[in-house]
Amino acid sequence: MAKRTVIPFGPHHPVLPEPVHLDLVLEDETVVEAIPNVGFIHRGLEMLCKKKPFQDIVLVAERICGICSMIHGVGFSQGVEKVMDIDVPPRAEYLRAFWGELSRVHSHILWLGLAADAIGFESLFMHSWRVREMVLDIFEETTGGRVIFDVCKIGGVRKDIENEILKNRFSQQIDKIEEEYSKLAKVFTEDYTVCHRWSNVGVLTKEDAHKLGAVGPTVRGSGISQDMRTLKYGAYEHLDFEPVVENSCDCYARTVVRVKEVFQSIDLMRQVISKIPDGEVETKVKGTPKGEYFSRVEQPRGEVVYYVKGDGTKNLDRFRVRTPTFANIPPLLQMLGGCDLADVPAIVISIDPCISCTER
Amino acid sequence: MFEEQEVKIIKKENLHSEVQTVIDDDYRLVQMCATKTDKGLDVDYTFDKEYKFLDLRVELPADKLELPSISGISFPAFLYENELHDLFGIKISGIAIDFAGKFYRKDEEAPFNNNTEIQEK
Repeated sequence: MAKRTVIPFGPHHPVLPEPVHLDLVLEDETVVEAIPNVGFIHRGLEMLCKKKPFQDIVLVAERICGICSMIHGVGFSQGVEKVMDIDVPPRAEYLRAFWGELSRVHSHILWLGLAADAIGFESLFMHSWRVREMVLDIFEETTGGRVIFDVCKIGGVRKDIENEILKNRFSQQIDKIEEEYSKLAKVFTEDYTVCHRWSNVGVLTKEDAHKLGAVGPTVRGSGISQDMRTLKYGAYEHLDFEPVVENSCDCYARTVVRVKEVFQSIDLMRQVISKIPDGEVETKVKGTPKGEYFSRVEQPRGEVVYYVKGDGTKNLDRFRVRTPTFANIPPLLQMLGGCDLADVPAIVISIDPCISCTER
Repeated sequence: MFEEQEVKIIKKENLHSEVQTVIDDDYRLVQMCATKTDKGLDVDYTFDKEYKFLDLRVELPADKLELPSISGISFPAFLYENELHDLFGIKISGIAIDFAGKFYRKDEEAPFNNNTEIQEK
């Protein structure tokens, strides 16, 4: 048996925008075991919410993550709306879906840029983020924020978008984003260097992905059709949608899933624009929550679970979040076993780790 | 549209057999969490099989916050079990990777179970 060496990976590393640590046990250049270490910046947001009125927790939920904040707000609001039996106006549901899919486009393009950077493809990184700016412009114009939006509230949304602007100007902007993104997508899926770097690296079999509880593009890249939007929550009840699935189970498959999901989100936004009904965007909320519900929605990184339990007072008994990256840590450990040390950064980034979410 | 959710209350003694049955039936572990109650803690083990939601709930009395680990049956449980230990003070025996109270870097012991006051700046 070769001599074993333990290499610390992180908490600060060029491919990691946030701190997470892995102890990599190596035999020569091969990783035989990886032990995770999180909790460097645990924020205690679940604890913070014990003393917040339930309506204010939406604002905290949106701040769990700076990339997919909209869908965090929707996940929490949906849980409370179920407990309180609130009917959200259809227009608000469509607007939530619009901003949610826009968040997915933003998140995936941001990730594609980071992934390109991780394999040394700097120009691809810069072009990806150039396209991302076009997405952020729509956010800024419709919500006033580029990263944190604060438009979601219990019972609906805080802002409306005029039909005229949605159907004309934003339709054109989405066409422009798609046109620009198509050029990038071709590089991510066909360029020899990119394909070669990610193919057969970080393999997670279909069986392991299920057994280890993988979620999001990580599980769909392993051939499992699992996407919480299939639950038909909110406006997804009225939108045509099939999960994107790839079968090669490696980093390349996870990349292709995200590349295709951007086109899918653009299609969903077009469906929203064509089907959005007129009407109110919020329902007046009366009373306080009493009961419990596990609200599940699909983030760009996968399934997020919000557990809300109320006892009839303005403060919740329990506000709990299980984020997608937390669920993807055990699958990551499986992918790292047996890989080359040089492949570790590419594999770690392939699950799109969000430590901000994990350290909620 | 909201999904149907089944919450099944089980005894601590039956935890291993119940979880084993669910895992053998091809469910995946979605999450684990605890909630403080008047009598102690409710610990939830949430599973999913092709969008079918199942929650197993164990009610722990306040004077005996102890559980056996299920990480031998479902490996991902080790993360949640370390979290339950650090935030709620539940003693969990046999965790696959046990961080021995160092999973989260925090000032308070079991803040969710010790009436820790929130300091807002």
